[in-house]
Amino acid sequence: MSNAARQQSSRTGLLAGFVLAALFMLSLFVGVIDVPFHRALADAGALELLLISRLPRTLAALLAGSGLAIAGLIMQTLTRNSYVEPSTAGTAQSAELGVLLVTLLWPSANLFAKSIVATATALLGTSVFLMTAHRLPPTQPFLVPLFGIVYGGVIGAAVTFVAWQADLLQYLSVWTNGDFSGVLRGRYELLWIGAAMLVAAWMIADRLTIMALGRDASIGLGIDYARMLQLGLVIVSVISALSTVVVGMIPFVGLVVPNIVSRLMGDNLRGTLPVVAMSGAILVLGCDILGRLIRYPYEIPVGTVMGCVGGIIFLWLLFRRPAHA
Amino acid sequence: MIQVENVSLKHRSTPILHDISLEIPKGGITALIGPNGAGKSSLLSLIARLQPLQVGKISIEGFPVDTTPNRDLAKIIAILRQDSIVTSRLRVRELVGFGRFPHGRGRLTAEDQAIIDQSLQQFDLTDLADRFIETLSGGQRQRALVAMAFAQGTDYLLLDEPLNNLDMYFARELMRSLRKIADGKGKTVVIVLHDINQAGFYADRIVAMKTGRVVADGAPSELLTPETLHAIFGFEMRVETIDGIPMVVHLR
Ligand SMILES: Nc1ncnc2c1ncn2[C@@H]1O[C@H](COP(=O)(O)OP(=O)(O)OP(=O)(O)O)[C@@H](O)[C@H]1O
Ligand SMILES: [Mg+2]
Repeated sequence: MSNAARQQSSRTGLLAGFVLAALFMLSLFVGVIDVPFHRALADAGALELLLISRLPRTLAALLAGSGLAIAGLIMQTLTRNSYVEPSTAGTAQSAELGVLLVTLLWPSANLFAKSIVATATALLGTSVFLMTAHRLPPTQPFLVPLFGIVYGGVIGAAVTFVAWQADLLQYLSVWTNGDFSGVLRGRYELLWIGAAMLVAAWMIADRLTIMALGRDASIGLGIDYARMLQLGLVIVSVISALSTVVVGMIPFVGLVVPNIVSRLMGDNLRGTLPVVAMSGAILVLGCDILGRLIRYPYEIPVGTVMGCVGGIIFLWLLFRRPAHA
Repeated sequence: MIQVENVSLKHRSTPILHDISLEIPKGGITALIGPNGAGKSSLLSLIARLQPLQVGKISIEGFPVDTTPNRDLAKIIAILRQDSIVTSRLRVRELVGFGRFPHGRGRLTAEDQAIIDQSLQQFDLTDLADRFIETLSGGQRQRALVAMAFAQGTDYLLLDEPLNNLDMYFARELMRSLRKIADGKGKTVVIVLHDINQAGFYADRIVAMKTGRVVADGAPSELLTPETLHAIFGFEMRVETIDGIPMVVHLR
């Protein structure tokens, strides 16, 4: 990395770190039950609330946000297309399919078992999408997201039909609408696997950057292209499947965060990956806090808030394209 | 040495290369010429293991390209494709730096940095080093790609029409740089050229291809004759010798 790039990267990283830390603290102390800062450690009840609910919720937002942003980044790198993201790759619908199957075939399964099955089907669904998307011509940038929407729509339609017949529609929507209010200690820990995926992504950052130059350039530089593609696929699928299963679908994070960072800092993942991860966490945590405050003491689910905020940012990105987009 | 033995290639049922055998000894510049669609790029991409070998054998320094680990080959051979498109937003220095990837797998030593600086300087990119590739002109972009292949520092360098988009000054600079690494460091360069006079002046050997076959092979002075050129390209040209340099006049 050049000096200019490195300086910019560490400055941006520092700033993002500060904002994230501030939001983290804010998130711990914002909610229906008021926990004044000075009582948090003195009062046993307040501490209990922090540890059982607020901290897990905050960590879940952080993990899901950074995970989805990185999943989006890797997806865009591997497909060489800046308009794909986990929420338009059939992931959520495949996860729903898993929940539906396990509920129908094995009604007594516990939450953990259901999560595992949903993760597996989401993984499968996302892999099929990525493998197909990879073959679509790079000259038609909107083909990939369009295909993703149609693909997700087809799986979603099948799921809805079966769920409707089995009277499970309501139950399913609880699983897939992005919402942190149900996150408690013991119900979000699967997301830490996503954190391990972030570490894996960091380790192959250079390879991913090179893969964005195309297959031939990658092979020319001695990269095992097919294997790296599979690894990237696993990282993306696992992160998006887990976050869909644990907190539901949060749209736009994986789309707008990597695009903004790319415009500001470029596409050298060694420098941008930490910034993308932190910005994703900031965006999701910020939207969750916003959702808790707008109609206080009621909550608006993070998926809905992000739908608005992310949508506006995305439109802004589309209409303020740089000259060489 | 690059050794190509009885290589044939088909795309579906369309034959593209017919039983090509070629030996390129270590050191020197070999120019690959021939009309559009002759199979020059196909042959280069087979040598550089960018597509699977169907029939025949290819080896570099005795290493078969189809069974030698990719990362080992990346240290002995570099290729610049004809149609390299950089869609990612990378700075010139970052792109050239990735040429060093096969050696340190991403960690750049002081020696790597020196090689990168030298490649940047050689192609007059030092002032552009912190610019994003997408903001460069076509020729500047091409220079950045060539600099990246140079930075890879391999003994064998395959360049597919590297003069595309270059102005006369930089075309000459590139050819002179190639001559320098061939003479000074014993590097082996295989270069696809459409400018027959560049090939005649800078190459040690010219290999001419047509419809998937090698149709002529020899030193520039042997190959640049009106008869051979007619056989390759299908029209009359005049060959004049100016200051001992064969010049092909092909404008009329
Ligand atoms: N992917 C492909 N599908 C079908 N035909 C192909 C494909 N790639 C190459 N060919 C055909 O193989 C032949 C050789 O192509 P190649 O690119 O090797 O030619 P070339 O000598 O490099 O030509 P040019 O001077 O135009 O670059 C051409 O007839 C081309 O149409
Ligand atoms: Mg060609």
